Amino acid sequence: MPNPNAARWIAAARLREPKKIDSVIDLIGDTPLLEIRKIAEGISPGVRIFAKLEGFNPGGSVKDRPALKMIQEGIKSGKLAAGKTILDSTSGNTGIALAMIGRILGYPVELVMPSNVSAERKRIIEAYGAKVIYSDPLEGSDGAIRMCRKILEQSPGKYFKPDQYFNPMNSQAHYETTGPEVYRQTDGAITHFIAGIGTSGTIMGAGRYLKEKNPKIRVIAVEPDDALHGLEGLKHMATSIVPGIYHEKELDEKIPASTEDAYAMVYRLAQEEGILVGQSSGAAMHATLQIARKLRAGVLVTVFPDFGDKYLTTNLWVGWRDRMAVGNLQFSI
Amino acid sequence: MSVRVRVPTPLRKFTNGADEVNAQGQNVRALVEDLEKNFPGIKERICDETGKVRRFVNLYVNGDDIRFLQNLETSLKEGDNISIVPAIAGG
Repeated sequence: MPNPNAARWIAAARLREPKKIDSVIDLIGDTPLLEIRKIAEGISPGVRIFAKLEGFNPGGSVKDRPALKMIQEGIKSGKLAAGKTILDSTSGNTGIALAMIGRILGYPVELVMPSNVSAERKRIIEAYGAKVIYSDPLEGSDGAIRMCRKILEQSPGKYFKPDQYFNPMNSQAHYETTGPEVYRQTDGAITHFIAGIGTSGTIMGAGRYLKEKNPKIRVIAVEPDDALHGLEGLKHMATSIVPGIYHEKELDEKIPASTEDAYAMVYRLAQEEGILVGQSSGAAMHATLQIARKLRAGVLVTVFPDFGDKYLTTNLWVGWRDRMAVGNLQFSI
Repeated sequence: MSVRVRVPTPLRKFTNGADEVNAQGQNVRALVEDLEKNFPGIKERICDETGKVRRFVNLYVNGDDIRFLQNLETSLKEGDNISIVPAIAGG
């Protein structure tokens, strides 16, 4: 049956005409906020859920924001100058962002990634002309961090390392952009901000901004429920190298998400909301829905870090039809 | 008959920190049981409640994903190298 709101949505004003821009860099940030409607059915009518669609950044993910800020600060401080190569470890999206921005600004980029990152990510990074150094997949992203440190020790003069896990400019990017955008887009009505933790930059920076605007806004992090998980891009803090920018005391709450629940939510988002996202967005949405169900009123904002096209070859979509009754969606969540 | 199993960081709490262990088994299913015998709790992390390999865990035999071999029935021979590879954590 057609959605009863369909006519209204089609008649609604389209987004205003896109602005003319000088550089791809100008496309970073100012991402749209989508109201989640169907999945939110059954929750209190006083509760609204919004998702910030970070896949609209030109590099395809939220990581464009911190990558740009770290590079800008590097140039400003003189640490990144002509002749230097940008080097960092990443699980993928930061790598794409650094490769893209490095190309625009004219700096070579080298990235250390576990060799089992998705094939799409590898190819995107190569397409931007960056060099990829693969680390042992069994050592995970912490292995990439350690290998990157070694490469830097061997030739410290050659590289500029943004160091996304320890560079305060990572969370600062979100303090300056993501936080204010979300506050503005909800006309200050936001009551809960929910985001997954990878480096923790998003939740730390945007969370800090929102708390300053209104200390009552709850800042809630989502993390994998176990050290062994399939949520590419998220980090289980208790068993990982803890990022220097992560300050747990600034969080109001942490919600664990299981890989299966997050995957199921990705399928629901595609089939019920018409938006295909990555697994970390599934985890964020799952946690957001859990919170929403306990509330009578509130404006919940979560972050969808990227779209789902980078994961089509990953386990997320391997054998998914067997697990989920497509066409007659029956989920336990 | 013995094969070598490479253990990823998140599972090393079961293997007393070892990144590689020896195990026995005619096929992958028997191997997982043998691992469980020596390192209790590890099977539950690799397989779900129905006994299937969890979707986000990849098992490789000499570099080949068992999903593209005979899955848990993939047979093993002396000296094979098995890797348990998880998905990638953040950043």
